Amino acid sequence: MSDAMTDPLLAEIVGPTPGQLLRRRIFGHQGLLIGGTVVALLVLVAIFAPLLAPHDPYAQSLMARMKPPVFLGGTWEHPLGTDHLGRDYLSRLIYGARVSLMIGLVAAVISGLIGSVMGICAGYFGGKVDAVVTFLINVRLAMPVVLVALAVVAILGGSLTVMVSVLGLLLWDRFAVVLRASTRQVREREYVAAAKSIGASTPRILLAEILPNIVNNLIVVVTLEMAHAILLEAALSFLGLGVQPPTPSWGLMVSEGKNMMLFEPWLVMIPGTVLFVLVLGINLMGDGLRDVAAPENRS
Amino acid sequence: MADRLLTVRDLVIDIPVGGGTLHAVRGIDFELDRGEVLCIVGESGSGKSLTSLALMGLLGKRIKPRATQMDFDGTALLSASKKTMRSLRGARMSMIFQEPMTSLNPAYTIGDQLMEAMLLHRDVPRAEARARAVELLEKVGITAAESRLGQYPHQLSGGLRQRVMIAMALMCGPELIIADEPTTALDVTIQAQILRLLVDLVREMGMAMILITHDLGVVARVADKVAVMYAGELVETGPAKEIFEAPMHPYTRGLLRCIPLPGKTKRGSELGTIPGIVPSLVGRVSGCVFRTRCTFATEACRGDIPRHLRGPQAFRCVLDDGGLSQEKQEVQA
Amino acid sequence: MTAPVLELRNVVKTYSVKQGLMGRPKPLTAVKDVSLSLGRSEVLGLVGESGCGKSTLAKILLGLEAPTSGEVLVDGEALGAQDRLKLARRIQPIFQDPYSSLNPRKSIADIISLPLRVHGIGDAASQKQAVREILDVVGLPSRVMNTYPSQMSGGQRQRVAIARALIMKPEIVICDEPTSALDVSVQSQILNLLGELRREFGLTYLFISHNLAVVEHLATRVAVMYLGRIVEEAETGDLFDNPRHPYSRALLKSVLTPEPGLGVPDTQLGMAYPNPINPPSGCAFHPRCPLATELCKTRAPRPVPQDGGFVECHLYDRETEMFEQA
Repeated sequence: MSDAMTDPLLAEIVGPTPGQLLRRRIFGHQGLLIGGTVVALLVLVAIFAPLLAPHDPYAQSLMARMKPPVFLGGTWEHPLGTDHLGRDYLSRLIYGARVSLMIGLVAAVISGLIGSVMGICAGYFGGKVDAVVTFLINVRLAMPVVLVALAVVAILGGSLTVMVSVLGLLLWDRFAVVLRASTRQVREREYVAAAKSIGASTPRILLAEILPNIVNNLIVVVTLEMAHAILLEAALSFLGLGVQPPTPSWGLMVSEGKNMMLFEPWLVMIPGTVLFVLVLGINLMGDGLRDVAAPENRS
Repeated sequence: MADRLLTVRDLVIDIPVGGGTLHAVRGIDFELDRGEVLCIVGESGSGKSLTSLALMGLLGKRIKPRATQMDFDGTALLSASKKTMRSLRGARMSMIFQEPMTSLNPAYTIGDQLMEAMLLHRDVPRAEARARAVELLEKVGITAAESRLGQYPHQLSGGLRQRVMIAMALMCGPELIIADEPTTALDVTIQAQILRLLVDLVREMGMAMILITHDLGVVARVADKVAVMYAGELVETGPAKEIFEAPMHPYTRGLLRCIPLPGKTKRGSELGTIPGIVPSLVGRVSGCVFRTRCTFATEACRGDIPRHLRGPQAFRCVLDDGGLSQEKQEVQA
Repeated sequence: MTAPVLELRNVVKTYSVKQGLMGRPKPLTAVKDVSLSLGRSEVLGLVGESGCGKSTLAKILLGLEAPTSGEVLVDGEALGAQDRLKLARRIQPIFQDPYSSLNPRKSIADIISLPLRVHGIGDAASQKQAVREILDVVGLPSRVMNTYPSQMSGGQRQRVAIARALIMKPEIVICDEPTSALDVSVQSQILNLLGELRREFGLTYLFISHNLAVVEHLATRVAVMYLGRIVEEAETGDLFDNPRHPYSRALLKSVLTPEPGLGVPDTQLGMAYPNPINPPSGCAFHPRCPLATELCKTRAPRPVPQDGGFVECHLYDRETEMFEQA
């Protein structure tokens, strides 16, 4: 068998690493690529808002009110026109991305922390802990998010901080439900028993053995809840109980534009479209991540 | 003149995968007479389960099996219409799977599931189907059969569920039963009971059975004919007695040396092994696939492999004695 | 006989099982007053059907479950579940399913060195060296260190699991069906490896398996378990030549050796494995036993010493005979 190296059947079977497989799946998934690109672009816009915005988003100019966007016969001075106070619409839109993404991200992180801790503990420890967490989840699910948020904002007054905290404290239910279920599954794997019989401590098992195997699900829920939070912010701002003027927020822009909707529909259409694109992008990314992270659950 | 029920010639199953084509089954031949038990034995990835699914027409849309001939009692299975296949499946040929828990629907009673196939294929009144179900449950050794009809799968133990599966497979009086690892999930005492039952029923009803397993013990005790499968090819076929007493292919001999025999193998002694792992079957596969793990492999193993006949036994190897004489010399040296 | 390395004294494990939504929890006794002892470099084979309590016993030994009563002694020292770290240095497991026993997100080096890191033994460099050495012992090349479980075959994974179990140099290894998920040709490699390691390191095994041919090959003593009790214990040769308990006989009879022409044996067993929540009265085996008498239905048998072991059956109990005559 001197020619062992040249026999094609003998080529050693070493499969790709999990990392390589993941990369292959990511670049083979169109939804994920499109969604990811949209989200990445909007994140860049938000980060570099001061460089990209042609005007100060707060600068009012009564001389230049309600200028139409270029595609409706406006000038390049204000590519997307100006609003009823003469503020540059494009600049407000760009700064609005900051508000939306900020709220989405921070609310998802807060609720993710609360929900993950609850879900993982319930799933891993079971018994009484599980009973308590399940009860809390049910209580939370019985509360209508929008009404509670409205009530809180009405009492405390609307601001970015209040909005983010309220949404963060309300949207943890899906994290808890999903992570509880996946933790229960992973808990039964023999590698967890192996780690226990090695003498590994409970925090070590939770963080080093269980968490890496459920982090896929966590990421998916983060994206879904981000989209959820962004939409809720827009809705609350539209109702006038969210972010307060003059802060540029897409929901607020829709709200401010609604009085003139019949004559200047673009005032509503433009922020509405951007909002739609962002949420769609996040959802595409979330679905994509779910497919990529757990290909065995698909077929 | 034997009563031929199934003939398979040059069955090929290719599976499209990410980086090319997986040549899972490559040109296998076998035939089966009524009243015979054929065991297809092989390790995981040998293609034995795919072969059985191809016979039942259950491979799915993505995988198209090819063969020069695949006839079940005069019906060409590969060119048969979906309707013909449906009327064959469950009626004239039926299958028993490994995991009785997942193959029974938890939402329906045992009785409903037993009668379903018969009501579907035969135009019989419900009472007759029910009577048949009770008769078969008693036949497979289930006590209080009448009352079991109203029970759900989760109320039965693993052994009982597998008996129900067997009864279900027999409902329409099939001519061919394909059992894929029917006892692998069961305890040893239950395994012996179930196998005994299956073999008795096959003999009594004059059916033919294809039993797919990795357990050489099961094969030896149940089979009339044995087909040893390795990496998608039948490396050796023949009557059970010959295969176990005078195995010719190096793989068959290697396998038999791997298992300890109570009372024969010296306790604690080194068991035989087959070094290496099954080669990848993606891409072009030629020559003898066992050459990467065979002690007698030479350059010639990459070329065409002749088929040798020894009485009823057949094997594929470049050496016309499968390396037996070489092996004897090594033992003497 | 030398002092036992591992001893179980009157171990009982009871779970409470809820039946249905409104049902009251009922006790399920998985292990009923089991006493066992293992001498150094002995291999005790533990056989029995699924649900007989053999895996619960393994979990108790590994400190994964605390016994309801009774104690576990290692080198004569009683160890509770609270001494998990101590227990871990001496007893290590090899599990059945090499596809579930290795964390798919960790590299092979991480998996094998985990015990060293948990116990804070050595620095990163010496841990790496230890991994390299143990890989060599289990017959894997050191270049697999940076690969992941999904890149390996079942046999290779089981070697990794063995390496992880041995890196702390334990005295006792609990092998829970270590080869039942593997192909025949791979199974023999792993069995050979386990045999070699025992000779080389003087390891003691508790070998749990339903494959009696494998148990016969590897074990020095065998304990047969039925419904939470050990019903017979004997030297391996003795048990296989002369099984005493009717259940042991049925088990041995159902072994399908690859000898053509013998047909499938008739075990003469009733088939119903009893529900452990409602165990049968008297001898738990009586509903399936071909030799059961009236006495078996009412009175549980006691362990009756036989040479080198014991059997728990009325057929072998002198006192029973006297009782029946009276």
